[in-house]
Amino acid sequence: MKDKDNNIFYAVWNLFASIKLAIVVLLLLAVTSIVGTVVPQEADKAIEFLADVAGENNAPAIYNLFVTLDFIDMYHSWWFKLLLVLFSVNLLVCSLDKLPRIWHIIQTPVHPLGEQAIKNLQVSREIKIKGSLQEVKDGFLNNLKAGRYIPLEATDAGSVQFYSQKGRYTRLGVYVVHLSILLIFVGALVGFQFGFDGQLNLPEGTTSSSVYTFDGERIDLDFLIRCNWYETTYYKESFRPQEFESELVIIEDGKEVMRKIVEVNDPLTYKGITFYQANYGSALQFYPNINFYQSNYGKIPVGLGEFILKVAPAGGQEQAVRLKFGEAFDIPGTGIKATVVDFSPALGRDPRSGNLYTFDDQMLNPAVAIEIKEEGKNAYTGWFLKRDPGTWIIPGGHKIEFVEFWGLEYTGLQVSKDPGVWIIYLACIIMTLGLYVAFFMSHKRIWIMLLNEKNSVRVLAGGSATKNRLAFEQEIESILSKTSEAVEGRSRK
Amino acid sequence: MSSSNFYNISNLLYFIAMAAYISYVGFKTRGIALAASGITIAGFISHTLSMAVRWADSHVFWVSAVPTSGTVEALLRSAPLRNLFESLNFFVWALIAFHLIIEFKYKNRSLGAFVLPVAALALAFIDVSGMSKEIEPLVPALQSNWLLFHVFLSFIGYAAFGVSFGAAVAYLITVTESRNEKPYIFGSIVIGIFLVVLIAMGIDFLTLTASQRGELLQSYFLKATFKNSSGLIAVASYIISLAFVAAVWRFGLGLKKVLEGLALNKNTLDEITYKSIAVGFPLFTIGGVIMGAIWANSAWGTYWSWDPKETWSLITWFVYAVYLHARLVAGWKGKKAAILSIIGFVAVIFTYLGVNLVLSGLHSYGSS
Repeated sequence: MKDKDNNIFYAVWNLFASIKLAIVVLLLLAVTSIVGTVVPQEADKAIEFLADVAGENNAPAIYNLFVTLDFIDMYHSWWFKLLLVLFSVNLLVCSLDKLPRIWHIIQTPVHPLGEQAIKNLQVSREIKIKGSLQEVKDGFLNNLKAGRYIPLEATDAGSVQFYSQKGRYTRLGVYVVHLSILLIFVGALVGFQFGFDGQLNLPEGTTSSSVYTFDGERIDLDFLIRCNWYETTYYKESFRPQEFESELVIIEDGKEVMRKIVEVNDPLTYKGITFYQANYGSALQFYPNINFYQSNYGKIPVGLGEFILKVAPAGGQEQAVRLKFGEAFDIPGTGIKATVVDFSPALGRDPRSGNLYTFDDQMLNPAVAIEIKEEGKNAYTGWFLKRDPGTWIIPGGHKIEFVEFWGLEYTGLQVSKDPGVWIIYLACIIMTLGLYVAFFMSHKRIWIMLLNEKNSVRVLAGGSATKNRLAFEQEIESILSKTSEAVEGRSRK
Repeated sequence: MSSSNFYNISNLLYFIAMAAYISYVGFKTRGIALAASGITIAGFISHTLSMAVRWADSHVFWVSAVPTSGTVEALLRSAPLRNLFESLNFFVWALIAFHLIIEFKYKNRSLGAFVLPVAALALAFIDVSGMSKEIEPLVPALQSNWLLFHVFLSFIGYAAFGVSFGAAVAYLITVTESRNEKPYIFGSIVIGIFLVVLIAMGIDFLTLTASQRGELLQSYFLKATFKNSSGLIAVASYIISLAFVAAVWRFGLGLKKVLEGLALNKNTLDEITYKSIAVGFPLFTIGGVIMGAIWANSAWGTYWSWDPKETWSLITWFVYAVYLHARLVAGWKGKKAAILSIIGFVAVIFTYLGVNLVLSGLHSYGSS
């Protein structure tokens, strides 16, 4: 009974230790992975895609089939996970199966070899050096040590043999890579079990105490997060975005504990939760009951948001002004009264008619129209463009800088908590080191036999390397030629 | 001289060198071989200069656009590895560099007849796809120090895979006895399809330019031929392509006669295929997959999201992992290994170009 159990165990073990299974599993993973790159991994996009490819009539049937096969969310399907489990077990068993043998090779010391055995090695060379045995011996000892070999010596009648090995632990490199892959799976599991992925859309000036995962589940934070402002900056004289950025504030127990401007490649992390700049948009959807003023340049929300201006009389002190649509302000010491009368998120000039118009509803080129009234003079209205300082100076040399129309945009944050990411990073470092060792370092063994002859020494050199035989051949040749040069005092050639 | 002058000169020299390498395979004259190497080296120098000048130009551009950035940052952000054109250009540069190293190391000049065409195909692709060669400002997602390392190492890896592909094709032709051998059928079909897609994209480009419509080339992909609104043209495209692939299969073995008696040792080719993968695989894993994942985590908040680009790079990784294990552990050599190497490179091309042209996802920077 026990034997039988053992047999089954070994049968299963051998199955998982086989390289054939590894190749099959890897190829299966490669082939099945293609499905999810072709079929969109979201229900509505998948339907659209199928209607496009198979026609409106066939799409529903195929869609249902794909749902049964889990093709719409295939990377999280039971069968794909099963493949990944097979892959990890295979990897683990293969490595454990091979390790004892490799360990044995590593632990086995090198032994002296006979003449014929050296000639049969992967690399072997034979030369003659004029000189005494002692001189040649010293020469090789020096050059082997210079090549970071620690030579052992065996003496026989009329012959001396050096033998040595280096880099034997590099044989473990490949298992280090395997281990790092398993570690990645561990990290992914930890992240899946204890982490979450969510999002948070925060209008400028608002605060939140929770985020929503992509499955719609609410997660309460034990702190508050506020968005002070969001802004898209553009490259000069173009509409190509240079940066998407928002200023975020973390508030805990009523106190501000952290403040940071986050950018696309520069998130904010607090208490293991990270906020990434992901997108942005108009905040109007968050204020369904707002009224609008309809102008020629678009709809302006009434009572929502503030125009931020920097105002200075000619040669005078600059002063920040915040006001709502329709409100007025003074330019100190000038008797000028100014009123915000219009706004365009993207003011442009029609090249044909020369008229001003709003060319986009995103804040591509925000402009505010301000009516300026000086006592005893006619009122006039001018446009002030956020992106064009040339429009900020009014007659008389006074300055009205349009900083922004604040409160109309929201910042879209991706929120992640992944305690497994450190395991992933560790695995990445281990994998990098393992790959380097496995592919660029080699276990080298070398034998050099010196046979005393009349006035000269016959040298038999040979060795084996696990990788890069060409370089190893050159290494042996270099040891031979250096020694021969040193002993004979001239080039071997 | 401007970057584009140097670039054009290098293109011209590479095409001449390709012709020289191929005629060397035909005539086996030592003089031609030396000329081919010399022309390649001259082209490589000009190519290097074109990239250096472009880097300098981008640097001026960046500093004027973002005067607040520091010295190192400005240099990193202006490195010429930032869009589809610059990355393909770098791919060709790395491929030629690898080729010259191998030529020097193995003293074998025949391989040029297989590697230079891969470079020429990439250069032809740059032109027929009509991609922008302008220096463009960097979008926010790419403003990261990871960009340089990620793209640099990935493309060194791709170039190594490109060399292994060239060597594997040469190997297959050398060992094939009859057209009906499956490995040969497979190889010739793959190359036939490569050429068909390239030609079809060239036709896209020409018709789109001629029609002067403002449509994006990406959305016009294959619409001049296989996806033509006229069913007749679409069907004809398929038939012509089929005939073309059949012709590649029928006449491809003609190369074998040319190759016979040449210094192209099949064992050397097999070894070059393996060694290139042994260099490309760790670089691609570290630079492409690992650095890509770390960068994704710092930009998007997730190190792996099964985005098509990520998935295809993993598929590529699986295929080459199979190659290495099959060869080193299961002892596959020769034809089977050569086929895996060809499949691997098809995956590389799809990871790099196919995903951007055919599929959509987060990783769409390289598509303009």
